[in-house]
Amino acid sequence: MNHRAFAIQPVAVEPCELPVVHERGQREVFCGLTGIVWLHRKIQDAFFLVVGSRTCAHLLQSAAGVMIFAEPRFATAIIDDRDLAGLADANDELDRVVAQLLARRPDIKLLFLVGSCPSEVIKLDLQRAAERLSRTYLPQVRVLNYSGSGIETTFTQGEDACLAALVPELPVTSGRQLLVVGALADIVEDQFARLFEELGVGPVRFLPARRAGQLPPVGAETRVLLAQPFLADTMKALAARGARHLPAPFPLGAEGTTEWLRAAAAEWGVPATRFANAVGPRRERAARSLAGARQRLAGRRVFFFPDSQLEIPLARFLHRELGMKLAEVGTPYLHRAHLAPDLAMLPPGTTLVEGQDVERQLDRCRAAAPDLVVCGLGLANPLEAEGLATKWSIELVFTPIHGFEQAADLAALFTRPLHRRALLSRGAAAPEAIA
Amino acid sequence: MKLTLWSYEGPPHVGAMRVATAMREVHYVLHAPQGDTYADLLFTMIERRDRRPPVTYTTFQARDLGGDTAELFKNAARSACERFRPQALLVGASCTAELIQDDPGGLAATLGLPVPVVPLELPAYQKKENWGADETFYRLVRTLCPPPPPDAPARTPGRRCNLLGPTALGFRHRDDIVELERLLAELGVEVHVVAPYDATPADVARLPEADFNVLMYPELASAAAQYLQRSHRMPCTRTVPIGIGATRDFVCEVGTLAGLDAAAVEAALDRLQARAAWYSRSVDSTYLTGKRVFVFADATHALAAARVAVEELGFELVGLGTYTRERAREVREAAAGYGLQALITDDYLEVEARVAELHPELVLGTQMERHIAKRLGIPCAVISAPVHVQDFPARYAPQMGIEGANVLFDTWVHPLMMGLEEHLLGMFREDFEFHEGAAPSHLPRSAPAANEPRHDEALPAVANGAAPEAPMVTAALHATPAAAGAPDAAAPPWAPDAESELRKVPFFVRGRARRNTERYASERGLKTITVETLYDAKAHFSR
Repeated sequence: MNHRAFAIQPVAVEPCELPVVHERGQREVFCGLTGIVWLHRKIQDAFFLVVGSRTCAHLLQSAAGVMIFAEPRFATAIIDDRDLAGLADANDELDRVVAQLLARRPDIKLLFLVGSCPSEVIKLDLQRAAERLSRTYLPQVRVLNYSGSGIETTFTQGEDACLAALVPELPVTSGRQLLVVGALADIVEDQFARLFEELGVGPVRFLPARRAGQLPPVGAETRVLLAQPFLADTMKALAARGARHLPAPFPLGAEGTTEWLRAAAAEWGVPATRFANAVGPRRERAARSLAGARQRLAGRRVFFFPDSQLEIPLARFLHRELGMKLAEVGTPYLHRAHLAPDLAMLPPGTTLVEGQDVERQLDRCRAAAPDLVVCGLGLANPLEAEGLATKWSIELVFTPIHGFEQAADLAALFTRPLHRRALLSRGAAAPEAIA
Repeated sequence: MKLTLWSYEGPPHVGAMRVATAMREVHYVLHAPQGDTYADLLFTMIERRDRRPPVTYTTFQARDLGGDTAELFKNAARSACERFRPQALLVGASCTAELIQDDPGGLAATLGLPVPVVPLELPAYQKKENWGADETFYRLVRTLCPPPPPDAPARTPGRRCNLLGPTALGFRHRDDIVELERLLAELGVEVHVVAPYDATPADVARLPEADFNVLMYPELASAAAQYLQRSHRMPCTRTVPIGIGATRDFVCEVGTLAGLDAAAVEAALDRLQARAAWYSRSVDSTYLTGKRVFVFADATHALAAARVAVEELGFELVGLGTYTRERAREVREAAAGYGLQALITDDYLEVEARVAELHPELVLGTQMERHIAKRLGIPCAVISAPVHVQDFPARYAPQMGIEGANVLFDTWVHPLMMGLEEHLLGMFREDFEFHEGAAPSHLPRSAPAANEPRHDEALPAVANGAAPEAPMVTAALHATPAAAGAPDAAAPPWAPDAESELRKVPFFVRGRARRNTERYASERGLKTITVETLYDAKAHFSR
């Protein structure tokens, strides 16, 4: 097999400063609490206790969609007017709720107290509460805290805050190791672990770990590959413990995954042939798996509403590997440093918008009349009813999309809405939406 | 602080959204942080609405606190008015904004907006979704329908009515409206305004032109109906027409309020025949007799379901409860009438414990009870909000009126064993295809696959008479040790022959047989349960 036919050479990165429009107004995005929905599946002996309002509980319930868990590993300590009026001491109340919870769930090893908008506004000090509760419950249960409040965090930033809270707990190591940071599906983690093994890169550890007792160590010889683009605070905390970030495009698509692996391979001094032998066939297979999607998507125009901060690497993937045109790429926050390699691969003239004013963005979206809109669930059906094809973005967070073997699954998330419209339009004209 | 895993109701501002979203030409400016926009997806995804809820969120952030969140609100209100040009503007705060005390109502008043502004005070740390909807609709009605002059002429009964209460995200509200319009047309009664559903503020302002109100959902429109009764002297129906009996009562009540003559009402009642009434009398339905049913819902639907279950389907009501604390007294009284103690709670774990303890044969509840029942392997039908996407069927499926009664019959009876099938199961209970692990042929399996023995493994065991508990019961056992199919730890042990005799009892009544026998034995302080104890207990409880 001729691996050289594929671009196993590094991608030439032209320094290209794309202008960014900053927008302020109504945001149609989730708050950081939403991350609990996937984090509690990832860390299997952790419990997430939101200290918040009925709204927080309702959000989690709605975001979780269906209540498939007999007793979920997340809950809300709902603040009531007695707490606010000072009739009850909020800290005593919290201690009581935690005692009640841990009595019910002796299997819990790690408890996160998760701050919310109301707990931030009333300045409930969850850090002190976590320290106090840790003293009570260690060694059985470690209690940590972070904020998932909407006044401070947007959607995936909740994961950043959660992982950053874990960093001070990581043991020390002086050994050389690769740390992959960001919640990935177990199957994807295993695929990456096998690849690094073949490359001779390692030892490789993952954060978050699947169990609270298996936290990876960190130290001066730790090199970090970020698996997700929204981990600014976590990376900062890791850097403060001596770890060094390896800049790379994010591992979405065949090209992104190759470059991401290359960053680690380069750091470990992996010979080019060994890299080509390990990565080449997988990359080739991934590229082949994208051919059908490329036929469907090439030349079509996509418009991103801000959601998960994955928008930039996704736009890069859709543009470079599937031939899509980028009408507008909205993102809630743009971490220029972490996203530099992805930004450099976007075509000149791409409209980048950071932040949101949803009404104005909808006006622009209608005017642009893209072939596909990537947006949140609140907007998807209304836009479909207006005749626009949509891909609801939360699926991009809940579905395994990283790595070579998932490249086609990722592409399918974008082709499916268009394919479905094509199937349905064969019979009759599109029906009016009837609510 | 209260530990909450799942909740029956959202915060009160979601109730306000249900009113605003149901209406046209209304806009709601909600002082709220980023993230509260999640509520939009309830309407666009669960109800599949083709428009965004008419809500502008101010989206304040941490850096705005202590700065000018009030200015943020004013700008949002102004631009919402310009962009959407509503006939009326609702303004209010979500839970976080309530804490920063910006007073959206006061701020909006200073803006000189060209439309009526309805300020909403919805205490997020005390009240919940249904109360929020009720209060919002009341505030709208109060603002748009000021009291008439004191010298206004007295009302006389007439044939124009309003339908009050249907909102967005309501359980079958869309179809109940249509069914009631049909029912009222049958009586020659005209529907003047339906509100909030599809009404404009101008429509709401016309409410007092009608002669009386039909209060469809007391949880959502009682305050408005009471206001119209008090200030505009508009009488209001009390019966919620869910089920055949209640529909007939409703017809009589409407007859009185509309001043219809008795013969016309009688004639209408003769014409209104539900197929469900005959189906319930047909012989297949013999198997419904005495089915033990547990009901938990909002107060309106729980009370209605209890009556239908007992009077129209011949079920035995073993539990009745509601999460509508505001109407706890009514539900308690009704439960007492059935010889039960009502379960008034919004803690779903309590409901789950009660279901596990009672081991009913059918659960009528909300989406929460559907999950409880699924885990315990008990058939279930959903009768009330909170709703999920499947509660908005594409087909016409009202709960109210004559067609509603037919829908109730179908949706409650289908999860159960069909009569003939249950008969066959009893007859062939040791047969290899009719063993206890075989689910009804028309249903997907309800017990989790992981807990089920594979057929080829289970069969010899059944044949040997050494089978473990039925898979359905096993599932329950795994979920909650208190499930009725499980042996009671406190009860005396079963002798092997008694245990084997118990296994011959059809599995769908075996849980009850075990429970009754153990209770009987415990109460008498027996050391062992023998075959004789089993039949003694059977005779005792059959009295």
